[in-house]
Amino acid sequence: MSEEQIKSLERHFNERIANDEKIEPKDWMPEKYRKTHIRQISQHAHSEIVGMLPEGNWITRAPSLRRKVALLAKVQDEAGHGLYLYSACETLGVSRDELYEQLHTGKAKYSSIFNYPALTWADMGAIGWLVDGAAIINQVPLCNTSYGPYARAMIRVCKEESFHQRQGFEIMLKLCNGTPEQKEMAQDALNRWWWPSLMMLGPTDDKSVHTEQSMKWKLKRKTNDELRQQFIDQTVPQADVLGLTVPDKDLKWNEERQSYDFGEIDWEEFWQVVKGHGPMNKERMKARVGAWERGEWVREAAMAHAEKKQKRKEKQAV
Amino acid sequence: MNSNLYNYILGIADNSLILGQRLGELCGHGPTLETDIAGTNISLDLFGQVRSYFQYAAKIAGDGRTEDDIAMLRKEREYKNVLLVEQPNTNFAYTIGRQFLFDAYHLSFLKELQKSADLTLSAIANKSIKEVSYHERFSSDWVKRLGDGTDESKAKMQEAINDLWMYTDELFHQTDADKVMVEESVGVDVTKLKDDYYNYVSEVLEEAGLIVPESKYFHKGGKQGIHTEHLGYLLADLQYMQRTYPNMEW
Repeated sequence: MSEEQIKSLERHFNERIANDEKIEPKDWMPEKYRKTHIRQISQHAHSEIVGMLPEGNWITRAPSLRRKVALLAKVQDEAGHGLYLYSACETLGVSRDELYEQLHTGKAKYSSIFNYPALTWADMGAIGWLVDGAAIINQVPLCNTSYGPYARAMIRVCKEESFHQRQGFEIMLKLCNGTPEQKEMAQDALNRWWWPSLMMLGPTDDKSVHTEQSMKWKLKRKTNDELRQQFIDQTVPQADVLGLTVPDKDLKWNEERQSYDFGEIDWEEFWQVVKGHGPMNKERMKARVGAWERGEWVREAAMAHAEKKQKRKEKQAV
Repeated sequence: MNSNLYNYILGIADNSLILGQRLGELCGHGPTLETDIAGTNISLDLFGQVRSYFQYAAKIAGDGRTEDDIAMLRKEREYKNVLLVEQPNTNFAYTIGRQFLFDAYHLSFLKELQKSADLTLSAIANKSIKEVSYHERFSSDWVKRLGDGTDESKAKMQEAINDLWMYTDELFHQTDADKVMVEESVGVDVTKLKDDYYNYVSEVLEEAGLIVPESKYFHKGGKQGIHTEHLGYLLADLQYMQRTYPNMEW
């Protein structure tokens, strides 16, 4: 293809995005668009799958049958999200096995928040309330993103996430209306999850490398700092309802900005975790790789069975 | 309190409770995303059934105990599940083998329980049977897949079936409460399910290319609360919150 032709295709492509048209798998797309989408969608899928671990860790210990059922359903939803995000990613010409390989070798990232440990039952509340809360803020704009399969997957993901967020808040509310011991458990969870949740919205705008291009492709509609502010403004009043204290001494309502001012985020901690040295990075990867390796003979058996079955069918037909 | 009915319900529900708990351990650790989702789904169904049974049992007990008290605050010797369901997730073949050997029983049991003179039990059976039909299809398909797949998967599936086989006979034992409930047309006469069970299970194993174990030595005791050593650890997890933080709401 001549340079001229490529330029014309690119022009047409950019116009379509500007007109809010969806790009579909069979449409022409710039290589960079394809690669960026594989990176982001797979990172999102990996986050769902790794995100099953801290909560899965509490299924056997959930305090009541009702909570156990809700938690099972939630973790199952996350697996489902992983499944359709991997499928969306596969439409860009990459296989699920390749994507797993990238996760297992550390080439692909997942949300750093899941490298923190889930230590008490209140963490199930805090994760739903804060982590899913921050995830929704990140994800709602993606329902209108330019790549069709991703946008459609996100519509479904967001519906379920907002249910999870309410469920998490309800766990916290129950604890906060319970005994002093339960309320203390809730406060402790907020103390541990607050700052990592703020970090989930990504590095500050001046440090964010992908923002500009992603904005053009509608992979991003707001900057990290805008999203973070939105999360804080939305969440602080909820903490007030719970009667919990947000662990930030600099947190203060700013009348002029009609927004909360907040303290400095420990970016050193953020980069430490991103680079693989958080409290649970190694364990999370060990769990994922372990499940994959232990399952190898099962996947081989399933393949072998499918082939044999096909052959038997062909033989019968003859 | 009608203690025969109460004990009868616990005998049914504890199987689902303990098996659901075992499957819950695997959430996030399955060999594929699809089997992970299926396992969690089965666990979810079983716990849903457990809630219906224990809510009913709590009503019969009528002493203020809740479904959670019944599920989580009994002592080890008071759990009445069969030994089969408490066996650990040694590997995927054991998980599937345990599931299949239980599902085949569970399905035929619920078919009969639908005819119970007790309307609550028959309604629970009626609702559960759709779920359990799916469980049985999933587990029998996997038995066939692993039996037929590779030499390795066949050996693993055969080993799991051989090891779990000794727990199957107990499914068809009757407790005193069972006998009374059968007389009152509330309960299912499990002794009558036995022949069909072994015929069906053998059929599936043969289709999977596996050998039907010939051992005549079986273990029992679960229905009397005499369990394998595995159950204590499972209960430690199950009961942890209720024991550590008594009398609280969650």
